[in-house]
Amino acid sequence: MEIQSKKQRLYWKSVRLFTAVLLVVWFLASFGAGIIFREFLDQYYIGGAPLGFWFAQQGAIYVFLIIIIIYCLGMSHLEKKYDFTN
Amino acid sequence: MSEQFWTYLFVGLTFGVYVSIALWARASSTKEFYVAGHDVPPILNGMATAADWMSAASFLSMAGLIAFLGYGGSVYLMGWTGGYVLLALLLAPFLREFGKFTVPDFVGERYYSKIARVIAVICALMVSFTYIAGQMKGVGVAFSSFLGVSFNAGIFIGGFIVFIYAVLGGMKGVTYTQVAQYVVLIFAYTVPAIFISIIVTNNPIPQLGFIGNIAGSDIAMLTKLNTVVTDLGFKEYTSTTKSDVDIFCITAALMFGTAGLPHVIIRFFTVSSAKAARKSAGWALMFIALLYTVAPAVGAFARMNFIDTVNEATYIENNEDFEDRTAEILSKGEKPIPKWYKDWEKTGLLDYNDLNQDGIIQYRGPDSKDNIENEIVPNRDIFVLANPQIANLPNWVIGLVVAGGLAAALSTAAGLLMVISSAISHDLMKKTLYPNMSEHTELGIARTSAFIAVVVSSFIGAFASSLPFVAQVVAFAFGIAAASLFPVIFLGIFWKRMNKEAAIASMLTGLVTTVIYICYFKFMGGVEADWWFGVSPEGIGFIFMLVAIVTGVIVALISPPPPIEVQKLVEDIRIPGQKGNLR
Repeated sequence: MEIQSKKQRLYWKSVRLFTAVLLVVWFLASFGAGIIFREFLDQYYIGGAPLGFWFAQQGAIYVFLIIIIIYCLGMSHLEKKYDFTN
Repeated sequence: MSEQFWTYLFVGLTFGVYVSIALWARASSTKEFYVAGHDVPPILNGMATAADWMSAASFLSMAGLIAFLGYGGSVYLMGWTGGYVLLALLLAPFLREFGKFTVPDFVGERYYSKIARVIAVICALMVSFTYIAGQMKGVGVAFSSFLGVSFNAGIFIGGFIVFIYAVLGGMKGVTYTQVAQYVVLIFAYTVPAIFISIIVTNNPIPQLGFIGNIAGSDIAMLTKLNTVVTDLGFKEYTSTTKSDVDIFCITAALMFGTAGLPHVIIRFFTVSSAKAARKSAGWALMFIALLYTVAPAVGAFARMNFIDTVNEATYIENNEDFEDRTAEILSKGEKPIPKWYKDWEKTGLLDYNDLNQDGIIQYRGPDSKDNIENEIVPNRDIFVLANPQIANLPNWVIGLVVAGGLAAALSTAAGLLMVISSAISHDLMKKTLYPNMSEHTELGIARTSAFIAVVVSSFIGAFASSLPFVAQVVAFAFGIAAASLFPVIFLGIFWKRMNKEAAIASMLTGLVTTVIYICYFKFMGGVEADWWFGVSPEGIGFIFMLVAIVTGVIVALISPPPPIEVQKLVEDIRIPGQKGNLR
């Protein structure tokens, strides 16, 4: 659409790609490790906890936190790169 | 000093702090009343969001729920934290960039439709009233069990405190009291957790104790727990009886529901920019994770400790000769029931029925190996409440835990109250019925509707036991938020082509299907064998969310695209710092 500049289009494309990649990680850490692959992962241990179980009760939460931190850093970088920082 | 004294002291002190903050943070404009003036620092908003989010159920019930469900309890842990990823990545920064006051506000402007706005108001009110009734009930329970005040008087006192800061201070007052409430509740939760972790695993960090060994042995705590519970006829702690499909759907419904909950979303309207909203979501999840990573540890320790101390223990009838009887039982080489058991028995949270008349408590699961029937049913709230005594902590810690539980309930109630009052005064009155209303009048109506909402929710809380929907917060509130609110907000930001007709169709589809499914299976005698795809009412919100999204997309494609100004608005909220035509 003509009201949107090329710069804005490229920025929005990068944002969507970045978001999609992080959501894949979000899915793998929770639904993946904690539910779908739990039984397989449970043969391994982290300390005294079966790995799949640990992901479902602890690990996924840590990964979520890391995802948001990376998102904040990455978005600041994208805003700078496309000069939307005001 | 008695625990009653400490409880009064802590509850009195914390309530005093909340009221003082309310008097300091009075709102003088609608902007301050609805969104705290858009200038709350991200870290403080993170704390306020965490307190807003963690309800009486998170504080009191979650650890106990996990203790009984084992792996099955993971749905709450992943569901109620994973939603923040969706919120941070898909909704919060864009809604903040949009820059208005409420969730129905976004729906109404983005879909250029009063009908869409009103449907969003209905969804927000249904979610919030279900949720707030549970909080008021929690306040009533806390008062009646610990302060010797009746259940209804407890609700009235709690309602009055919330009334003071919500009506005077609006979002501004609510925000700063929530910050104080977070500090109270996290301290009250972690202190006993650290001590019980030391007792069970000799590790002061509960998250590490959780994966560590039993104190003084080289057997992993969870391995020991698995052996102990299977010996008693329960399923292994680290496994579940629920199907993977249901676990998947409940987790997803809770995640998308969390992201769509209006009282969580509006917290992100209070910060200064989209960037601040992202940061703030990170802080919020960090403060939430502090409690949510401790809860499964507390759950496992508590289950372990409960079996160790209560199973096969000789029951003591009277409290008066407790010491003498204990000594007598010990001298016979038997195990007496612990002191905390007697203290908590009177609250009705522990129900012992000596079926085989041997005077000893037998705790057994459904597949009991020695054919002894289970004789004790512990309430799930007992584990957090009794923790300080189980860990032999001084009496003041009990007072602190009660104050923490009240902080959790009141902070959530206040957040919900703001959703209810702004939905009525802003979306219904100002934006739909009386657009010419002055700001002064709107502020007056906002305060009045906050007042009415306190009264109504106190009544719903007081009659909670006869209103079955109150107990179904997880199904109703999260199901409706996921199936009706999340799709239109998400598509409204990420799909320019989404239009008015599609938004209305999508919200109604999600709302109606979810409510009918839950009502049928919860209240009208629907049985588990008839669940669609084996999905429980708690998880169905996820399925109907997908249906609502598909409905929205199809309807949008067969109806005209949204007006050019609206498409411009959508582009503006995607780009930081742009001013749209509609603003």
